[in-house]
Amino acid sequence: MGTGERPLTFFALILPFLAAAAAPLLTRLLKHNAAWVLALAPLWMFSHFAGMLGPVSEGAAIAGGFDWIPSLGVRFSWYIDGLSLTFALLITGIGTLIVLYSGGYLKGHPHQGRFFSFILMFMGAMQGLVVADSFLMLFVFWELTSITSFLLIGFDHAREASRRAALQALVVTGLGGLSLLAGLLVIGAVSGQDDLSGLLASGDLMRNSPLYLAALILLLGGAFTKSAQFPFHFWLPNAMEAPTPVSAYLHSATMVKAGVYLVMRMNPVMGDTVAWETILPLFGGVTLLVGTLLALRQTDLKLMLAYTTVASLGLLVMLTGFGSEKAVEAAVLYLIAHSMFKGALFMVAGLIDHESGTRDIRSLGGLRGAMPVTFAAAILAALSMGGLPLFFGFLAKEEIYAAIAVGGGWATLVTVVAIVGNALMFAIAFAVGLRPFIGAAAKTPKHAHEGPVLLWLGPVVLALSGLIAAMFSTIAHQLLSSPMASAVAGQDLQIDISTIPHIGMPLLHSALTIALGIGAYLALDRLRASMASVLEAIGWGPDRGFDQAIRGLLRLSFGVTKIVQNGRLDIYMTVTFIAVALTLLVPMVLFGELPSVPVFPDLWFYEWTVVAIAVIGLGAVVYAQDRLTAIVSLGIQGFAVALLFMLMGAPDLSFTQFMVETLSVVILALVMTRLRLSVSDHRPTGQKILDVSVAGACGLAFGMLLLKVTQLPFDETLSTFFKNYSLVIAHGRNVVNVIIVDFRGLDTLGEIAVVMITGLAILALIRIRTKDQTVPAKRKGRR
Amino acid sequence: METVLSVLVGLFFAVGIYLMLSKHVIRILLGIAIFGNAVNLLIFTVGRIVREVPPIIPHGFDVPPGPVANPLPQALILTAIVISFSFFAFLLVLAYRAYQEIGTDDTDGMRVAEPEGESLPPLGY
Repeated sequence: MGTGERPLTFFALILPFLAAAAAPLLTRLLKHNAAWVLALAPLWMFSHFAGMLGPVSEGAAIAGGFDWIPSLGVRFSWYIDGLSLTFALLITGIGTLIVLYSGGYLKGHPHQGRFFSFILMFMGAMQGLVVADSFLMLFVFWELTSITSFLLIGFDHAREASRRAALQALVVTGLGGLSLLAGLLVIGAVSGQDDLSGLLASGDLMRNSPLYLAALILLLGGAFTKSAQFPFHFWLPNAMEAPTPVSAYLHSATMVKAGVYLVMRMNPVMGDTVAWETILPLFGGVTLLVGTLLALRQTDLKLMLAYTTVASLGLLVMLTGFGSEKAVEAAVLYLIAHSMFKGALFMVAGLIDHESGTRDIRSLGGLRGAMPVTFAAAILAALSMGGLPLFFGFLAKEEIYAAIAVGGGWATLVTVVAIVGNALMFAIAFAVGLRPFIGAAAKTPKHAHEGPVLLWLGPVVLALSGLIAAMFSTIAHQLLSSPMASAVAGQDLQIDISTIPHIGMPLLHSALTIALGIGAYLALDRLRASMASVLEAIGWGPDRGFDQAIRGLLRLSFGVTKIVQNGRLDIYMTVTFIAVALTLLVPMVLFGELPSVPVFPDLWFYEWTVVAIAVIGLGAVVYAQDRLTAIVSLGIQGFAVALLFMLMGAPDLSFTQFMVETLSVVILALVMTRLRLSVSDHRPTGQKILDVSVAGACGLAFGMLLLKVTQLPFDETLSTFFKNYSLVIAHGRNVVNVIIVDFRGLDTLGEIAVVMITGLAILALIRIRTKDQTVPAKRKGRR
Repeated sequence: METVLSVLVGLFFAVGIYLMLSKHVIRILLGIAIFGNAVNLLIFTVGRIVREVPPIIPHGFDVPPGPVANPLPQALILTAIVISFSFFAFLLVLAYRAYQEIGTDDTDGMRVAEPEGESLPPLGY
């Protein structure tokens, strides 16, 4: 690669986001034809990555990046080996077709620009995810795919089903993202690495760590939710609420493979252990079977495809965890094949829906005449999905059977699962790719005819590439499959399988699969009915469980809120002051910091008098039976405080306090003539005891705190500073005044601002009243 | 002196808090006024007490010649008094307006923001 590689790769990473920003404006200008312009972005990215095929296929890895947050050692770095490159090519290649397809599919939609924007943002996130080197970048892009997926699923936000599906996907994959973050942190702590390239070079370090199992489970928590492994599979079929381009791109070809990518990426350092080779095939196998069985139940073309996607993801996980080089090769081949045929079939399903107005398999038929190009693309894709010779899917299937038919109980079980799963997927492939086109023409909501070039270009190109890749399998293996498999296995692998069938066990298994598949295809209606009754008998699934969990959460938080925020001020206050008393008293007692018993104070009699006045004032406020007594006694305690200030060398405070108390009493008197002061407090005895105890405890706590503090030595630094410099540098003899207007002048400004704002607020309160009273008619009408 | 003031401050707090625990807005407001005084006295006492000598520098001196009262807490309290007064005035008007609108000065009856028997939020999506 030349010297310009680094800035160009960086540009390729941010280009989708730039295109996303430009998309709404472009769409406004060019309408749906903006797709042709926008598709140039992924097309250029595709060509840029294709330029890396040469060096990467020779075993090199292209690394680059620059410091992102140098002070924290965070780098924006990428590491492109066979695995990353194949993914990047799939993302940008299929992405190009999807952008074009979206142009036709959402033609005339008022928010088409927004849609382009979302899907390009997703493309950027997904691309960043597969080439990311640093853990942080991996995680950020991982979460970004979840968020963009949320936006895309909820694109049709006026429908509740859309919103639910979007939220569900976000909750499930978001929780998985947290798990992944924890996993990456554990891995980082164990290995001391913060990027993938460093981790990949760490050998057996992870496997030998006592934290291996914890890291593995956390990591798989992320991978399994993203890649919809059982029991987290339920969000993926629901995500079909999104427009079909999204289903084809995110929920089939790319995003849901992020989990598989992660598992494959970690295989060299985390794989080859008992835990790995038990958990992965187990979950993968169960997912494969559950996915295919649930797919049988569906009548909606998209949902059938969605469940087979779940199944395919299960198959990929199962193969990756099987633990042999052959299985890795098979997984790689199947992943490439699946992206092509499933992307094509989804687009076909969308096309049928778009042109005929329905995607219910029971009301479709005989479309071959009306939609010949679509039919051609569909049948090519279905042949690849069914794993028939001449197609890339066939290579994958042969390799799968070659890999797992190695004898032994575990391998036999895996083989049986694979055969059953593949046979059912075969049946679904033709149910989607063949059945709507043959037979008698069915009456559809719209009169079906061939879609525009924007719509059929994608499926045709993808379906043909499945055929071409298989025909030139040597080149495909050399450039794509072998480097990818080598990266997954962590050692050099050469894939040499070709489309020419070899007589042997794999071919026999393939034949068996096809035979079973044809049987299932013919018996599809009966299988569907029996699956429906089985599911009805079970009656519960994780999808309903999700609803129950969300409702439960809402109810729980509502209940907790009701307890914590019961709307009763006295309870809030009581709780607050109990907390205050405990915070003060408990540490004082626990740490033995209680004040020592003071000696009896020696006060002048007039000082005692002022104290006594204050106490009398306080008592009178509590026992006041009428308004006047209450106001006067409040004044008494306030003036007593002012006197205290006066006696203790604080004349300024004293003046202010006198003024403020007087004003308070005046305002209070004004308001209280209008407000009722009930004769007694009406507190029931229990309430009274509680209140007295709480208030008493707080008073005791503050008193003891103060006593303790005054018994400790006093640091006079600050006071001395003010005393010494008041005249010398601030030219004022009254130290208190100097502090207020000079040393802490800004604080005083703040204080003035507070007083002013309060004044304004009071004014506003009063003026609102005036307005209401002047328009009595309006007020009456409102009530 | 600090001892007496400590006890007095404790009493101020106790009375203030007792009144604030009432259900009647007007008593709560009385409590808040007393609470403000309690806090001011607390700050004052923490700065230690020097009787009868205000922190003023006489003519002919650059610094106070003998021990004077601590100026720092005084400056703080001066600010606090004014702010607590404006706060008190605002609360008074607020209570009065609330009484006019809602027709009660019992906090149990003031349930506009958190109405009683609120139903569950919508459980859909």
